[in-house]
Order: sequence, then C-alpha cells, then structure tokens
Amino acid sequence: MTLTSTARRLRRPMIRERRRETWYAIAFVAPAAIGFLVFYLFPAIRGVWLSFTNYDLFSSGEFVGGANYAQIVDDKVFWNALLVTAEYVVINIGLQTAVALLMAVLMQRLAKSLVIRGILLVPYMVSGVVVALLWQWLLDYQIGIVNNALDFVGLPRQSFFGDPALAIVTVALINVWKSMGYTALLLFAGLQAIPKDVYEAAAIDGASEAKAFWRVSLPLLRPVLALVLIVSLIGSFQIFDTIAVTTKGGPVNATRVIYYYIYDLAFNRYDFGYASAIALVLFVILLGITLIQLRITRANKSDLA
Amino acid sequence: MTTIATPRRRFRIGRAGAWVLVGVFILITLFPFYWMLRTSFSTNGALPSHSNSLLPAEGTLDAYRRVLGLSSVSEALEKGGSTASVDFWLYLRNSFIVAISTTVVQTLFSALAAYAFARLRWPGRNVVFTIFLSALMVPPIFTTLPNFILIRDLGLLNTFLGIVLPNLLMSPFAVFFLRQFFLNISTEIEEAARLDGAGHLRTFFRVIVPMSAAPITTLAILTYVAAWNDYFWPLLVGQDENVRVLTVALGIFKAQTPNGGGPDWSGLMAATVIAALPVVILFTLLGRRVINSIQFSGVK
Repeated sequence: MTLTSTARRLRRPMIRERRRETWYAIAFVAPAAIGFLVFYLFPAIRGVWLSFTNYDLFSSGEFVGGANYAQIVDDKVFWNALLVTAEYVVINIGLQTAVALLMAVLMQRLAKSLVIRGILLVPYMVSGVVVALLWQWLLDYQIGIVNNALDFVGLPRQSFFGDPALAIVTVALINVWKSMGYTALLLFAGLQAIPKDVYEAAAIDGASEAKAFWRVSLPLLRPVLALVLIVSLIGSFQIFDTIAVTTKGGPVNATRVIYYYIYDLAFNRYDFGYASAIALVLFVILLGITLIQLRITRANKSDLA
Repeated sequence: MTTIATPRRRFRIGRAGAWVLVGVFILITLFPFYWMLRTSFSTNGALPSHSNSLLPAEGTLDAYRRVLGLSSVSEALEKGGSTASVDFWLYLRNSFIVAISTTVVQTLFSALAAYAFARLRWPGRNVVFTIFLSALMVPPIFTTLPNFILIRDLGLLNTFLGIVLPNLLMSPFAVFFLRQFFLNISTEIEEAARLDGAGHLRTFFRVIVPMSAAPITTLAILTYVAAWNDYFWPLLVGQDENVRVLTVALGIFKAQTPNGGGPDWSGLMAATVIAALPVVILFTLLGRRVINSIQFSGVK
C-alpha cells in the first residue's frame, strides 16, 4: 500500500465528517436564522421601502420618492422632537453618568457589599411603566410626597409633568433614578479591572483619594466609560415608556420626543410611510453618534496597555 | 504629633461622609418602593388627609381586592376605584405566558445557534455571525413598524403568538452572549464526547449545556425580565383583554381612572406592586448571577 492511498482513504471520511458538520450547523442555526430573516432583516429592508411610500395600513401605499424626506426638512414638530430628545439625552446621560461614577467609586473604595449593589440595581429591574406610574404618584401636585416636602421646606409646589419647562427634565430625572445603579455597576466593573498596585503607587506618592480618582481612576476607566456612554446614549434616545404613561408628549409638545413622535405618527395617524422615514433618520443619527464617539474617545485603546 | 493626627482625622471624616452618601443613595432608591407599598395598603379616599403619614392611610387590603377583581363595581367606585373592570389575575397570567414562552424558546434557539457559531466548522460562519450582530445596531422602532404590518397581515393581532413571535426565535444579544461562553469551553472535553460516539446534538445537550448552566441561566433571567417589562410591542399588538400583559394593563388602568376626585392611587400602586413583585422576587433569589454578568459585560 502506498502512502498516498492511505492518506486518501483517511481523507475521505474527514470530508464526509466536514459535510456532516455543515449540515448540523445549518440545522442548529436554522430557527434563529428564520427569526433573523423574518423579524430583523426583512422588516429593516421593508422599513427603508416604506419610507419612500405613503403607506397608511389600509391601502397598499404608493411610491412617493423622496417626498417624506422633503417633508421632514419642513416639519417643525420633527425638529422640535429632535431638540426635546437632545435635551432629554443631555440631562439624562450627563447626570446619570456623573452620579453613577460617584456610586461606582463608593462601591469600589468603601461599600463592596453585593447586597448594596443589588439594592441599587432594583429600579433597573422594574418595568418602565411601573417606574413612571410610581413617580407620577410621588410627584403629584396635590398630595404627592415630593410636593409635600417642597411645601414643608417653604418652596412652592411644582407641576412636574404639567409645566412645559419642567416636564422633560422630570422625565429625564426619573430615568436617571431608574438606570443609575445599572450604569454604576458597569463602571464599578471597570474600576475593579484597574490593578491595585497603581493605587498603591499613587498612595505612596502622597496622592489624596480625590487626586487618585482624577489622575488614576478616571483616565484608566476611559475605555469602559466610553463604551458605557455609547450604550446608554443609544438607549436614552429610545425613551418611550415614561412619556407614553405620563405626559403623552405634552404639555403642547414639551415632551414629544422622537420615539413618541414616530409612534404617534404611525399608530394614531396611520402615516407609516412618514413614520418610517423619521425612524430611518433616527437610525442614521444613532449610527453617526456611535462612530463619532468611538473616534473621539478612542474606546478601543486603554492606557493600561 | 499633630502632623500625623490631622490627615487621619480628615480621612475618618471623609469616610463617614462617604458612608452617609451611600446611605442617601440607598434611601433614594428604596423610599419610592416603600411609598408604593404604603400607598397600596391605604384607603384611597383617606390619602389626601394623610398625605404625610409614613404609615398606610387607614390601612386596608381593598386596593388589592379591587385590582384583582374581587370587589363589585359599585363597591370599587365607592372606594374611589374606576368603573372599568380590572382583573390583574388575568394580566398576571398573560405576562407569565408571554415571558416564560419567550424565555424558553428564545434561549434554546439562541443557544443552538451560538453553539454552531462557536464550535462547529462550516463555510460562511463568520459572515453570518457578523450579519446577525449587525441587528444590534438597528433601533428597535425601525423594525417594529414593518413587524406590526406583518403581524397584522398574518392575522395575529391580539394573540399570544403575535406578542411573542418577533422575539421568539432569536435575539442577537443572546446569540452573542452565549457564543462568548461557548468559545471558552475546552475542546478536549467536547472531543472526548465525540470520540465516545456522541453526535453534535448529543454533545450540545449533554456536554455544552450542562457546562454552561450558569451563563445560560443568567441569560434566561435577563430575557425573562426584558419580556416581562416590555411595553412598546405588546401595546401595539396586544390590547385585547384576553392577551393583555401587566405593563399594557397598567397603562390602560391609569388612562381609565376617573378624573373627578383624582386617580385611584392606592389601586394603581397595588397594581404596580403586583407587576413588579415577580421580577423583584426573581432578582432577590438569583440577583448575584445578574450582577456578576452585568459586571462581566462591563469589563468585556
């Protein structure tokens, strides 16, 4: 028997084995692939198509070219929605990140207890609808405990959801309350990954706790911070539950954020074509923000490396 | 002497201040939940006159009886409830059906796919995986609009199938999450099983799944919580009483509450307690896993 024939005889079952493995892989991926094709890929393509039509749920809809996009340019409500969303995102993310950073440092330097981390995470585990209703009660103008407290310290009662100047701030603060524990946990994990000897070196050099934070923790945390910022920013743009339950976009348009505007256009006015066009614009905005943020913060590079 | 004592004392004061801060954070987190409980055990009509009392206002279980459909309409109205029939037993059941079926099926199929992406060799594997992952970039509302049209065209509005279907077969995050874990399992154990004549399916269920029990459980919890808390999609396709889940029911209950005399806050808070409790219990029992996995995703 020659060497080549032995090799050939060995290779044939290997090829058969490879082919078998491919069939198994196809069978294993098939259910997920069907789910992906039908409920992710197909609707994404259909969404792009819808944005060029005047589809309204009842008729089949006609191709209208770029009319929807031309309409967006002149749509004051859209620009207002974008502005309100930006306002919400800035307050929400700014405050949430600052508070979460403080919490994370406290978790790391002081209160390492798992129970404390668990407690701070509870609001995040609860539904947005529950949180919205709960805060609407706490902030009730007449008998809400927060307004009672304001009254007690001699401040005027506030119509937190009814005052156009306050409504979006209120919604943003509610969601800071909901998500700060979660963000803190992510940042805490990032802090834990910083080697202890860096802190020891800083302590030997006589750095105070505050100095160690600004000069050691923060710079080394940057990659994690950047990632957390991107993820929470994208989530923040999708604010819906709180507004749908409390203000429904009002007073006037003070809380009509982009997500709620799209929902309103599609499901109250059945303007699916126009709603899809705005949804696509939102998609592009989020994509752009992600790319810019990755670029600026150099998220993939750590100073530890 | 003083040069040594001063920084230490300052350190101690700083430490005490930091602990106070931790206490404040815990208080801010927990007090609203306490207030929710306190209100749910109050008599609705007594809330205005006892608005500062830390204890339930005229303590009673009426709010729970009202939202669980145990008191008659006239009785409920008298106690400050709404005229609309509310039956949170039914909504609780519906939420369980939706969350459990989504969790079981989605986790199973996502795990199978993740296994194929992590451990099997087949042409086009990485390309397909990258395409799967790209779905994470798309804001959900963009695909939600066409999905609504599809579910309506299939005649599945106001059915459980319509509510669960878009999330039933996979979630890009679940596939990604499990693949990460499967990649780290040593190939030797898997090869040993294969040499013993186990097929791929058998290897998956007898070797991979038991070895990944922890991450699979964690993922299942996260999926369950997300399905339980979801509002947007069930609001669009499942308003009908028979399939109405808790989140949607809460929104409708809130909207139906009579304007004269103020909302039925004790009823609403009882309903939110019912909606939040299963998740809080689950979190109390298995929270350690959830916390660890979130921390893990923070480092990754």
